[in-house]
Amino acid sequence: MKIVEQVLKGDKRAAGKLISMIEDDDPGATEALAAIYPHTGKAHIVGFTGPPGVGKSSLINRLIREFRVRDRKVGVVAVDPTSPFTGGAVLGDRIRMSDTGTDPGVFIRSMATRGHTGGLGLATFDAVKVLDASGIDLVFVETVGAGQSEIEIASRAHTTVVVQMPQSGDAVQALKAGILEIGDLYVVNKTDLGGADAMSSNLDFMLEERQGWRPLVIQTSALEGTGIKELADAINKHYRYLKGGAGWRRKESDRARKELYESMRRLLAESFADETEGITLEDTVGAIVARKTDARAAAKKLLRDLKLPK
Amino acid sequence: MAKKIRVLMAKPGLDGHDRGAKVVARALRDAGMEVIYTGLRQTPEDIVEAAIQEDVDAIGLSSLSGAHMVLFPEVVKLLKKRGAGDIVVVAGGIIPDDDIPRLAKAGIKAVFGPGTPLADIVAYFRSAAK
Repeated sequence: MKIVEQVLKGDKRAAGKLISMIEDDDPGATEALAAIYPHTGKAHIVGFTGPPGVGKSSLINRLIREFRVRDRKVGVVAVDPTSPFTGGAVLGDRIRMSDTGTDPGVFIRSMATRGHTGGLGLATFDAVKVLDASGIDLVFVETVGAGQSEIEIASRAHTTVVVQMPQSGDAVQALKAGILEIGDLYVVNKTDLGGADAMSSNLDFMLEERQGWRPLVIQTSALEGTGIKELADAINKHYRYLKGGAGWRRKESDRARKELYESMRRLLAESFADETEGITLEDTVGAIVARKTDARAAAKKLLRDLKLPK
Repeated sequence: MAKKIRVLMAKPGLDGHDRGAKVVARALRDAGMEVIYTGLRQTPEDIVEAAIQEDVDAIGLSSLSGAHMVLFPEVVKLLKKRGAGDIVVVAGGIIPDDDIPRLAKAGIKAVFGPGTPLADIVAYFRSAAK
């Protein structure tokens, strides 16, 4: 496919268009994904999660500059929520990354969740694949930053960075289950506000080693530009840890497994969107309500008779 | 689901505020579109680069301080140069009536000055994205 060839050569317009094609599920999207997939697997994928307003985008802006100085090619996929009422979205992460402007070694794509829950969109990691295939070797993925987004990003990225800030009641928040279990790196941003030391020591006290990696706690101020080098070093340190042992392979397996389940879920949902052999899903719903069958038995029957979409 | 329309709202030049651009951004969002706003003080190069990475259907350029005759045509020119001439470019802000035909000649497809009903703007972006 021509567009795939152009992406592999590093053509930005082609990459932008291919991401749209996949996100919109245009004809040719599946074929295009299959064509670029063998060319992926080199990029280090770093996920950023944390509450809204904590400074994820601003931190990423600083990190882009730092990694460009280190001669890396950097991609960013920044996710923002789609309104459940209007279907629209204001994608406002890129505005914090305007320093990088026309740097040819940077590619920033804003994406909306488009109804998907969990802090990421369905096509988020397909966009990552396109950037990976185009020659970008470091991709930051920024989640919406609410609810269960920490869990989802941890199973999709190689390195998960949990960003927090002091003085927001989050000293206790930070101790809640989930957050403490999924991060590889913890950042206390907005040190310019004060209270960061207490938060850092709290985190440090609570974090435990997992599979040979002890999560690092780093203090930063995206506003003042402090702690950025240390954070970049930590990201690289985690990459070396993954590559130096079984970590990379384990993460790649986690990623592939998660994607497989997601793909099956999607196909299932799509195949039941239309009629199957004249019996619609609504007919089955009616039968359940009328106690002619129960949901579990009905589900088994539907799956047995399943015809997948083309 | 109907295809999502993606729009870039951009402010080239040195304007001091962006209230109008944000109002339009919200209206487009409420109409179901995905709006990327790149903030103040963008150069035409910044705007075109963003439009290409984000693969938008249209760009809304806003200027309040008189830079439109220099910067807006530059955006159109750069888009063509980068192979993205199919992206529709419209304008808003403080644009003197006399400049509107000249902007049209430079490739700006519509100008929405102060007082334009938001519904008109939304309708235009909807039809332009097809």
